[in-house]
Amino acid sequence: MKMVAKQISIFLENRQGRLMDVTRVLAEENINFSALCIAENNEFGILRGIVSDPQKACDVLKKKNFAASLTDVLGISCPNKPGMLSLILKKLADSGIFIEYMYSFALNHATITVIRPNDLEKCIEVLQRNEVELIDPESMYNL
Amino acid sequence: MIWNESIECMDGGALRKIQTIRLRKMVEYVYHNTPFYRKKMQELGLSPQDIETLEDIHKLPFTTKTDLRDNYPFGLFAVPMSQITRIHGSSGTTGKPTVVGYTRKDINLWTECLSRCFTAYGATKDDIFQIAYGYGLFTGGLGAHYGAENIGASVIPLSSGNTEKQIHLMHDFGTTVLCCTPSYALFMADAIKDMGIDRDSLKLKAGAFGAEPWTENMRREIEEKLAIKAYDIYGLSEISGPGVGFECECQNGTHLNEDHFYPEIIDPVTLEPLGEGQKGELVFTHLTKEGMPLLRYRTKDLTSLHYGKCSCGRTLVKMDRILGRSDDMLIIRGINVFPTQIESVILDLPEFEPHYLLTVDRINNTDRMELKVEVKPEFYSDEINKMLALKKRIGDKLQNVLGLGVDIKLAEPRSIERSTGKAKRVIDNRKFN
Repeated sequence: MKMVAKQISIFLENRQGRLMDVTRVLAEENINFSALCIAENNEFGILRGIVSDPQKACDVLKKKNFAASLTDVLGISCPNKPGMLSLILKKLADSGIFIEYMYSFALNHATITVIRPNDLEKCIEVLQRNEVELIDPESMYNL
Repeated sequence: MIWNESIECMDGGALRKIQTIRLRKMVEYVYHNTPFYRKKMQELGLSPQDIETLEDIHKLPFTTKTDLRDNYPFGLFAVPMSQITRIHGSSGTTGKPTVVGYTRKDINLWTECLSRCFTAYGATKDDIFQIAYGYGLFTGGLGAHYGAENIGASVIPLSSGNTEKQIHLMHDFGTTVLCCTPSYALFMADAIKDMGIDRDSLKLKAGAFGAEPWTENMRREIEEKLAIKAYDIYGLSEISGPGVGFECECQNGTHLNEDHFYPEIIDPVTLEPLGEGQKGELVFTHLTKEGMPLLRYRTKDLTSLHYGKCSCGRTLVKMDRILGRSDDMLIIRGINVFPTQIESVILDLPEFEPHYLLTVDRINNTDRMELKVEVKPEFYSDEINKMLALKKRIGDKLQNVLGLGVDIKLAEPRSIERSTGKAKRVIDNRKFN
């Protein structure tokens, strides 16, 4: 599945400076973040991000005892207009696809969304059938 | 394999006879040579002639660690210093160390006990022992050293710590038997992996693990990670050091060298003797010691005893795994909690590492336990629900086993301190004054 991108996921205890530790380790390896978000509850957080070299990022973080792993996600691009995301989500919902989580941002004319569906293969198929633009992984890593 | 078949497999009745004769002699000996015991016996109106059978042992006074401290350093020695050839002691983390003295004969008998122990593990003169117990005042290092030498094995006296060097030498020298604490064995197993050393390139086949209580699950974990047989070795410096008891190939109980150390189980609160199979505090009376013999020494270790012939052929009494120490026992909201119970829950769940830190606090007059525990790297999920489910899984299991709620804190890999000696797993912040 060539449109599947690797997202780096890191479990973090709620401790001061822990996020900074992650960014420092990756900076030292000259790895860039093109997207990053944090899901949290009152005890721990999970950092999810798209980086310039996911495998290398995962390896160096693991070596430093971070709970890092790679997760398959999809990147989609759509025009930055009202109703566009709703349209795409409707197609997915109608096909019985759940979204575990997603994060998104818009810049100028385009909106870029990272999604983690429960069924990757089916999700790609639905998106392609409806002519939604999938972003190839290499472009995502180097946004 | 059995080192001293005539004793280790002796008919139970004959063993009782030997114990009775030795006990009578011992009471006579301490009465005349240890002023502390003469005074205690006189206070109880006891004379050595009152001790005729093994049951009469119940008339004798107990000895505690406090008695050893009160008589620091040499007050309980039964021989002049000219006959003492070795002095050991406890680490003394809670005050003055407790001191024990050995005559040459005491050292020889201790070495005999360790020879029985290592032979039971299947070790012979062809083995290479790596002693990673501390050498020094602590009995672990030198005790194991003498035992391994006595069976003719090659001994690498590495002492504890310096893990990388331990592993390099283990690899280069072809160590076959490792002696250390069980928590250090697990620590080494992780370090071997981290150093990228292929486990199959090691020649390890067995380990003598003791000096702290451990569980059946921890044994499985060690055996799996190091691909060895992990055997319990039991001991305490007050009685001689490691080798007071040892496991045989059956791995279902620890045989006690009861021809030298007479064991009893008592209720730690009422001090009344308990029967076979009942759980209570283990108490030892020296039967052969010269340097510093003790009567009814309270070990604080909680276990039970089982008599009869073992399938290995030995008749020496078998002791269950140490359930905990009567002074490690935490009383949380009136319920007794042993750290080993928590450990066994963690080790039963494949998602968690066998390292934990339990913190006990009293908040608004209510006891609260917080357990910090690491998830195994492959079980960290990037979905919050899955992490919360993991937390609930261990929380529910602990609630079941302990009958108490525990606040679970999931920790990052390697964030809980690994120990190189006796593990510090419980912090009790409650103040009781």
